[in-house]
Amino acid sequence: MTELLDKIAFYFAYPTVRYALIAAVLVALCAALLGVTLVLKRYSFIGDGLSHVAFGAVAVASVLHLSNNMLIVMPVTIVFAVLLLCAGQNAKIKGDAAIAMLSVGALGIGYLLMHVFGTSSNLAGDVCTTLFGSTSILTLTPTDVWVCVAMSVLVIGVYLLFYNKIFAVTYDETFAHATGIHSGLYKLILAVVTAVIIVLAMNLVGSLLISALIIFPALSAMQLFGRFRAVVLGSACISVICALLGIIISVLWSSPVGATIVCVDMGAFAVFTLLGRIRSGKT
Amino acid sequence: MAQITCQSLALGYEGKRVVEDLDFTVEAGDYLCIVGENGSGKSTLVKTILRLLPPISGTITLGDGLRPKEIGYLPQQTAAQRDFPASVEEIVLSGCLNRCGLRPFYNRSEKALAAANMRRLGIEDLSQRRYRELSGGQQQRVLLARALCATRKLLLLDEPVAGLDPAAAAEMYGIIASLNREEKTTIMMISHDIDAAIKYASHILHIGERKPLFFGTTDAYVSSGIAGSLKGETK
Repeated sequence: MTELLDKIAFYFAYPTVRYALIAAVLVALCAALLGVTLVLKRYSFIGDGLSHVAFGAVAVASVLHLSNNMLIVMPVTIVFAVLLLCAGQNAKIKGDAAIAMLSVGALGIGYLLMHVFGTSSNLAGDVCTTLFGSTSILTLTPTDVWVCVAMSVLVIGVYLLFYNKIFAVTYDETFAHATGIHSGLYKLILAVVTAVIIVLAMNLVGSLLISALIIFPALSAMQLFGRFRAVVLGSACISVICALLGIIISVLWSSPVGATIVCVDMGAFAVFTLLGRIRSGKT
Repeated sequence: MAQITCQSLALGYEGKRVVEDLDFTVEAGDYLCIVGENGSGKSTLVKTILRLLPPISGTITLGDGLRPKEIGYLPQQTAAQRDFPASVEEIVLSGCLNRCGLRPFYNRSEKALAAANMRRLGIEDLSQRRYRELSGGQQQRVLLARALCATRKLLLLDEPVAGLDPAAAAEMYGIIASLNREEKTTIMMISHDIDAAIKYASHILHIGERKPLFFGTTDAYVSSGIAGSLKGETK
């Protein structure tokens, strides 16, 4: 046991490992908060869809040889997030179909562009890094970490300030709108924040992990808790603990960070499903 | 002046006209039932009154001190809502949200209002229960309590007894009638149940295919014999 702790202490002496830990925990926290609303509004796939849109935008930016590809990636992703979340019931193609179409389309266009116009000699490696964030989380700079901290403060602030409005819009936006709440405005805020988180998180941890971080903690919490506040808090705690565990495991056994955290999240989901069964059996 | 006045209203969406020539008024304290076949535009009328859809032509005027956000709404639930992880108290409190403005959290008077409405509907014992574990009738009372938190003036109920067993439906009708009688809350109800409409409502609006067939008092509706046409078709 002490041997294991020594080993952990040894690795955490490296700043890159500490940066990875901070970034993963903060991203996990933000994704878990937003995830509750997204899952309940049946937008579970939005993490997947928007990160593929961001991937397509990255490809476009690299073809245009832009020095700072965020100038394209962020606005494009925000626009699509707003289109998806705010189109609502009146759209001709709705919900899951719209997200699936966008996700697959953006992935196809992105890969095609990178293939035809790409200058990199290791295309498969580039694509793999963008999608799975294979090693990028262990190469973060202090600037990346500060961006991550700022974004988390923003998300948590928005969530606290608008908690009751977010609840109302998540539960029943028609009622909220009918009684004079600007549900459109709050949906817009949610869409923009979601897009910002996904783009930043994709750079940090890859698109696979961000989709998982949005859905697993929220679903795990819903297995056990029945109050909205408990679900939100539970989701945040589960997500942070799983991210911590995942990072420690991946550092100790040198497994890929993103994939390890996803597996820990799946384990947590299994545990919470079991706890939920036991609890509902008793009452 | 009437609380709601609709004049030569035509409704629809995506350029399709669903119903036209709607003319009716709702006075404070009225109990109006809106009946008609499926697809006759009842739900479109609800959405238009709630300003979720613009009318194609004609006007809806609010009067008698009724402001747009003072219409309490009892929606038909979606599957996602029936299964929503929230406590009864959280849902009822969300009806007070339009009183908050920019204030992020509920204050004491709003919590007291939510508690009073839960007591009024006999669900104060359930306040800490999970919404998704309640029966259909209990869920409807939770949503009614939420609507009462938003307003006492006018309730718009979209098929409030759909999916309830006869006992729960009778109880629901009793609650709505007592709100109308004792608190002078105006009721507008979409319904399929002609018998209950005749029993409880003061006025009836019967929408036929694309055209309103009848608007007036319940007594006049019964003597007109129009009710039979709908009953014959639905049974």
